[in-house]
Amino acid sequence: MRWFVEQPLTWLVATLLAYRLGVWLLDRTRLSVAQPVLVAVVLLGAALLVLDVDIATYAEGTAVLTFLLGPATVALAVPLHRQLHRLRGFALPMMVALVLGVLVSVGSAILLVQLLGGSEELARTMAPKATTTPVSLALSAEIGGIPALSAVLTITAGILGAVAGPWVLDRLRVREPRSRGVALGGVSHGIGTARALAEDPVEGAFSGLSMGLTALLTSLLIPLVVALLL
Amino acid sequence: MRVVHGLTWLLGCQLVGETLAHVTGAPVPGAVLGMVVLLAVLLVRRSDDTSAHAAADAMLPHLQLLFIVPGVGVVAYGSVIAADWLPIVVALVASWVLGLAAVGLSAQALTRWTDRRGARGSAA
Repeated sequence: MRWFVEQPLTWLVATLLAYRLGVWLLDRTRLSVAQPVLVAVVLLGAALLVLDVDIATYAEGTAVLTFLLGPATVALAVPLHRQLHRLRGFALPMMVALVLGVLVSVGSAILLVQLLGGSEELARTMAPKATTTPVSLALSAEIGGIPALSAVLTITAGILGAVAGPWVLDRLRVREPRSRGVALGGVSHGIGTARALAEDPVEGAFSGLSMGLTALLTSLLIPLVVALLL
Repeated sequence: MRVVHGLTWLLGCQLVGETLAHVTGAPVPGAVLGMVVLLAVLLVRRSDDTSAHAAADAMLPHLQLLFIVPGVGVVAYGSVIAADWLPIVVALVASWVLGLAAVGLSAQALTRWTDRRGARGSAA
C-alpha cells in the first residue's frame, strides 16, 4: 500500500481521473462552482492529507502536466489569431482598462491587507497576485514578498476567476464579450482564461491576450505602486 | 500526426520565447513571449498548414487539467493561511473583485464611448 501511494504514476492517473470526475460533475449539475480544477484540487488535496503523502511525491508524478502548461500558453495564440479582427477599435479601451486594473489590483491588495491587520510582508506578498504564476513569483521576490506564498495566492485568485468570474461579471452587467475576457484574464490569468474559453471563443481569446499584457504592465507598474503605498 | 507536428510548432515557439526572455531579461515568462511569437508566425506566413491549430484545439479545452497540479500545491500551505486567514482571505477576495470590476466596467464603457464617437465621425 505504501509503495502504491508513493510511486509517481499513481498520482498522474489520480489527477486525470479527478479531472474526469470534475468534468462529469459539471456536465451533470451545471453548477458553476463545480469547476473541474476546483473539484480535482479538493479531492486530491484531501487524498494527500489522509494518505500522508508528501507534496514533492505528487509534484514528481504530475511533472508532465506541469510541463504541458508551457506549450498550452503558446497555444493561446491560435484563438487570438482567429479573433484578431475584433481588436480593431478595442486596443485603446483595452490598454486603458488594463492599466487601471493593474493599479486597482495591486493597490487594493496592499491597502486591504494593511487595513485588516496583516503585516507589510503579507501586503508585498499579495501585491502581484493578479499576474500569471511565474511572473507573480518573480515580482514577489523583487518587491520583498514571500514568493511561495505569492504563488499560492495567485493560484487561488485564478480559481476564484474560474468559479465566480462570469457570475460576478453578470452581476456587474459587463456583457460585451471582449471586455469580459479582458477582465477575467486580467485578474485570474491562465485559470480564468480556461473558464473564459469554455464560455465563449471571443472571451477566451481576449482573456489569453489580457493575461500576457497584465503580466507585462504589472512588472512595469508594481515598483511604483509599492513605493507609493509602502 | 498533425497534432505531433502542431506540438512541434508550439514547443518551437516556446523555445524561441524562452530564449528571447533569457537574452533580453524581459520581465515576462518565455511561454507568454512564445505566444506572441506564434501569433506573429500565424500572421506572417502564407501556407495552409493548420497543425498548430489542431494541437491548440486538442489542448485548450483541457486547460483546467493543467492547473490542477499548482492548485494542489495550495493545500500544502493550509497552515500558513490558517494562521493569518482574515487579511489573506478577505483582502484576496475583495481585491480580486475590485480588479475584475475595474477592468470589465472600464473596458465596456470605453468601448461604447469610442463606438459612439466612431459612428458620429462617419456620419459627419
